[in-house]
Amino acid sequence: MNNVTKMFLNLIIVGAFSGAVLAWVFHLADPLIQANREKELKESIFKVLPEAKDYRKAEKGLAGENIVVYLGLDEDKKPVGVAFKADGGGFQGNVGVMVGLDLEYQSLKGVEILDQLETPGLGDRIRETEFKEQFKGVEVRPRLEYIKYRKPEKPNQIQAITGATISSKAVVTNINKAVEKVLAAFPQGEISTIPAEAAAPEASPHETGGDR
Amino acid sequence: MAENNTSLFHEFKKGLWQDIPPFRLVLGTCPALAVTNSVINGVSMGLATLFVLLSANIIISAIRKYVTSQVRIGVYVVIIALLVTVTDLFLAAEFPPISKALGPYVPLIIVNCIILGRAEAFAQRNPVVPSIMDALGMGIGFTMSLFTMGLIRELLGFGSILKVKILGGWFEPWIVMILPAGAFMVFGGLVALVNYITHRRSGT
Repeated sequence: MNNVTKMFLNLIIVGAFSGAVLAWVFHLADPLIQANREKELKESIFKVLPEAKDYRKAEKGLAGENIVVYLGLDEDKKPVGVAFKADGGGFQGNVGVMVGLDLEYQSLKGVEILDQLETPGLGDRIRETEFKEQFKGVEVRPRLEYIKYRKPEKPNQIQAITGATISSKAVVTNINKAVEKVLAAFPQGEISTIPAEAAAPEASPHETGGDR
Repeated sequence: MAENNTSLFHEFKKGLWQDIPPFRLVLGTCPALAVTNSVINGVSMGLATLFVLLSANIIISAIRKYVTSQVRIGVYVVIIALLVTVTDLFLAAEFPPISKALGPYVPLIIVNCIILGRAEAFAQRNPVVPSIMDALGMGIGFTMSLFTMGLIRELLGFGSILKVKILGGWFEPWIVMILPAGAFMVFGGLVALVNYITHRRSGT
């Protein structure tokens, strides 16, 4: 066997073997990874809407985009707020935020960071509780804003993380953009009715116990 | 037998001081600079590297007789990339919290030159057992180095160790220490310190 054939064989065998192993591992891991994501999404809805005990999903196409919102419901199936995902570019990649908003679209009920690839130790501090907590009760209209080095002065401000302005800004910008889209797709007042219509006819309160 | 054991121990020990990466063996400086702004980040990266280094050394030393030297780099890179991707998928499927915390580091291991460096310098010339010792020594040495850098940078940059506040309110955190510039300063300082100690010991 000459050297060239050997080189080809070497690379072909290693490539084919690695490809096969990777395909097999991916086949095993992918359903689990998807399930983890699903679970994380569900958990984050209840985190950003603390009063919610259940939720209903609603979708609507808007300018070629599918806007998905989750309407949070309390024990009596009354809407308590709306949750949706806000995606957009951060410092190094997508920053995905789960946003919890009140039904008047006025102030935030909570935020949770789902995806991020920000710099470890700097940008990734947007996941820390101190940063997320300050969004609670902050107003999103006319716009959510961030402020540097100082405590927020206006009801629509949060304080950016020192050394991670771009990541903090990404969270704020993504929330603003997503709020705008949700507002356009589900005008205020409509939000609590649309999902109800989309779902199966509601049973009277006495019978709900038998559901699911 | 006794001699054999000493040489195995030597392969292990050299990674801990004599050739400690990245200060003596200047490989893997990239992650050492990029992810050492806190203790936990440094140690996570060190351990993930240790695991991939160990698996890569075992596989490469096992197949070393069948690999044609002209294409060896390609073969090694494919094997290392496979190991890293499998690790990444495994963590994401079975341990989502760890996977989230390690986030972008795991894919970074592919480009960590320690792994390719040890494959080239050691695993392709030695049997499996010495290669294991080499990987363990280098991996542990690397983890210790990253731990030290993380310790210094977190202490000065955040005033804390493992997120526990150590320095009180009087301490103004040196933000520069958690930024890339701080990484270079600490790295340079530690290389100088290690060289100084080595020279003093050898009396030159």
